[in-house]
Amino acid sequence: MKLLEIKSLLDAEILSGHQFLDREVTNAFAADLMSDVLAFVDDKTLLLTGLTNPHTIRTAEMMDIHSIVFVRGKRPDEETIRMAEENDIVTMTTRNILFVASGILYSKGLSGANIIHK
Amino acid sequence: MLLREFYTPKDLAEQISSTNSDGVVTIQRAYAVEKNDFKRAGEVSSQIKKIMKQVGVRPDIIRRVSVAAYEAEMNIIIHSDGGSIEFILNPEIIELVILDRGPGIADIQLAMKEGYSTASKDVRELGFGAGMGLPNMKRCSDEFVIESEVGKFTKLQIIFHQST
Repeated sequence: MKLLEIKSLLDAEILSGHQFLDREVTNAFAADLMSDVLAFVDDKTLLLTGLTNPHTIRTAEMMDIHSIVFVRGKRPDEETIRMAEENDIVTMTTRNILFVASGILYSKGLSGANIIHK
Repeated sequence: MLLREFYTPKDLAEQISSTNSDGVVTIQRAYAVEKNDFKRAGEVSSQIKKIMKQVGVRPDIIRRVSVAAYEAEMNIIIHSDGGSIEFILNPEIIELVILDRGPGIADIQLAMKEGYSTASKDVRELGFGAGMGLPNMKRCSDEFVIESEVGKFTKLQIIFHQST
């Protein structure tokens, strides 16, 4: 699924990485706990989260996650957006809650990330 | 003394690259990480990741080293009184040596258990402290050695084989 389609489905506003909206994601992971993102995700995936601090961007940077959707209308501060911009990470914000945003994308065919089963 | 000397700021500025008689280049960096420095958290890991990219390390290995470095960096910031991350790269291996001063770990076996955490509520609100850090570092690595002395230090030696 292209990020442009995700933006439209979630009625989202792009915050960084406007030039990368033709990027494709095949699956998604939703969490507010970066510890879990670091421990479970083993894929280049779309991250949906309500956590807007710089650690979200750092986590994405380390994991090679290139696309983030902030949910429940949350918006990171300018410095965090700048950090995303520097790392070529697309960020967008949607008014949908995490459950609804995930449900919309899932119903349109985006699957869950392959996680590491221990 | 078991603890190696901590790096002085001068040493930290030095960027050491050495070549041995067989022409094998080793890149070595040492970084200080401050207690409670959430603002700069991740900068060291980001630096390490950039070096690996420049050198052309395999992407899946870059990812594993980056995740382990980031978890370690957060651990120093959250749990210790400050410490250092040393990064060594040669064609065979990548090694991270993480050393901190602080409370140490009383029960290493327990600390290695997923979900066990001593992190504060504030730290959890930042999205960390889920008790996944140490087990995740171990999972990412090929060799993982942890030692600690209560009230003194914790030291991690994490090795990644470039050939695997």
